[in-house]
Amino acid sequence: MGMYQGVNASEGIGIGTVMVAVDPDLTFEPHEVADTAAEKERYQAALAVFCEKTQAQADHMKVAVGENEAEIMAGHIILAQDPGMTDAINGAIDGGACAEQALVDASTMFENMFLSMDDEMFRLRAADIADIRTGILAELLGVEVVDLSVLPENTVVVVHDLTPSMTATIDKEHVAGIVTETGGRTSHSAIIARALEIPAVLSVANSCSALRNGMTAIVDGSKGVVIAEPEADVLADYQAKAAAFAEEKAALEAFRGKETVTADGIKKILACNIGSPNDVANALEHDCEAIGLFRSEFLFMDATELPSEEEQFQAYRKVASALKGAPVIIRTLDVGGDKAIPYLAMEPEENPFMGFRAVRYCLENADQYKVQLRALLRAGAFGDVKIMIPLVTCVEEVRAVKALVEECKAELEAEGFQYDANIEVGVMMETPAASLIADKLAEEADFFSIGTNDLIGYTMCADRGNDHISNLYQVYYPAVLRSIKNIIESGVKAGIMVGMCGEAAADPLLEPLLISFGLEEFSMSAPSILRARKTISQWTKAECDELAEKALACTTAAEVKELLEAAAR
Amino acid sequence: MVSEKATLVNPQGLHMRPAGLFASTMSKFASEVIVVAPDKEVNGKSPMALMAAGIPCGTEVEVKCDGADEKEALAAAIELIKSGLGE
Repeated sequence: MGMYQGVNASEGIGIGTVMVAVDPDLTFEPHEVADTAAEKERYQAALAVFCEKTQAQADHMKVAVGENEAEIMAGHIILAQDPGMTDAINGAIDGGACAEQALVDASTMFENMFLSMDDEMFRLRAADIADIRTGILAELLGVEVVDLSVLPENTVVVVHDLTPSMTATIDKEHVAGIVTETGGRTSHSAIIARALEIPAVLSVANSCSALRNGMTAIVDGSKGVVIAEPEADVLADYQAKAAAFAEEKAALEAFRGKETVTADGIKKILACNIGSPNDVANALEHDCEAIGLFRSEFLFMDATELPSEEEQFQAYRKVASALKGAPVIIRTLDVGGDKAIPYLAMEPEENPFMGFRAVRYCLENADQYKVQLRALLRAGAFGDVKIMIPLVTCVEEVRAVKALVEECKAELEAEGFQYDANIEVGVMMETPAASLIADKLAEEADFFSIGTNDLIGYTMCADRGNDHISNLYQVYYPAVLRSIKNIIESGVKAGIMVGMCGEAAADPLLEPLLISFGLEEFSMSAPSILRARKTISQWTKAECDELAEKALACTTAAEVKELLEAAAR
Repeated sequence: MVSEKATLVNPQGLHMRPAGLFASTMSKFASEVIVVAPDKEVNGKSPMALMAAGIPCGTEVEVKCDGADEKEALAAAIELIKSGLGE
């Protein structure tokens, strides 16, 4: 049995027989050409055949996969016939190069230009160009490209890279799973695998040589694991998992595109937690209705110096525009604690989790903080951006941030920028102090979002990473439940929106209690969304209230959990 | 030869779709079409060259047309850019 780790690119479990699709041999001997006119004709002929085949693939794809995917293929024809590329190739042939060499040189030049750009969309174009080069080169050399159009039942396809042209013709009914050696979650391979709903694990190093034809393999696209020649008990275990997954998935699909409502018709919002603008596509794909937590740290952590207002503005605007008017809650820089940013040169602390971090650091460095607030205000002109302040412990902090926001508005107005004059400023409720004065904070804040991860840790004084005490880190402790109840009820009473962006929002056991307390927005990681919509639809407010009353009467976490497990639907 | 300047307004700059639309529209004219960005000149009939130039939103570009139908080509190019290239 061999186990290989890769990137979980398309969820689900596939079990089948391995077929390694080896890339075609596209090596050639570069040679000088005397009859350049004939060589140019040879290139045009190969190009014409390539375009004809690609058009046929695009037509097939439109029916088999989808309009958008077919458009990727049709785009290949435009790029292949591009006058800029043709000019470069004809020029090289005039200089004596053979068609193969001319094609490789011209396409590599464009590929490198795209690769050098700091934009994912352009880097994807580089992959398209590489794909076109392979296709035309195969025609010039008379080599067959990998054909996945007829496969035996339950085939696990193993390839170096799944190109759009391969996926166009793939025999999807018979593919159990896909394994590649390259590509990430946002590559074409991943997007297409998800569109086809085929489990896929990408970037498994050396998989083309480690996996051999005829081997039995399990592709766990949810965890990003490939298991070759599994032992009988492992195989049986995965077969059961695959069956359960398929059943649950089919049942959940019924909730796609539906409103999120309780059984008695109370409207809720299902939102997604994201860490970068690149996560938005996946969030929308999983049918989220809003972004409940956009962690802005990525902008700061991936940089070598403070990101400029313009850089931040572009990132926030991208997310705001993609959500088309639906709310996007962006948490301002949550630095310190376990998140160090080298160039900020923060001094080491005895107790970083109770130290100089998050809003405390930001208020102390107001000039830096204002750059972020200005970027958020400007992005607010392109969608429903809301500002969320992390680690609030007192009303003074909220007032100080709001004063800075007002300063920024005045500056932007004077400088003639577009911005959202009515931007909402809310509090991330994640400290016991904030919970205890939730009524006072609700008078200052435009919304609350409960960060259960820190709220549980600070309330129970327990680090979940510490094995000795991790049993104390549970949302089911009465202290935590009372705290959550108080926050939600204080917000509801003040008439502000209350959401939850910690992992507890995606806990099906806890969701009925949250409904009872009056939580409006549930924010979670993308794959949990349809499941949560189903859970919410199964409860009425009265049923939730009855369960909540019993839960709050419990004395221990074990009693609470037992009660909720017995009631789970 | 005729030329005119215009500012790119489509938010994503010259990506696949807008570059393709521009190049295919320009290809209907016999004139040579050159797009001049601050530090480069590219063939206005080549979507690949237009994209590879990586011209961001807000850039002022100059379009030069040269040939029998240069006036019509230039008018079409400028109108297309100002209208946001279909976006």
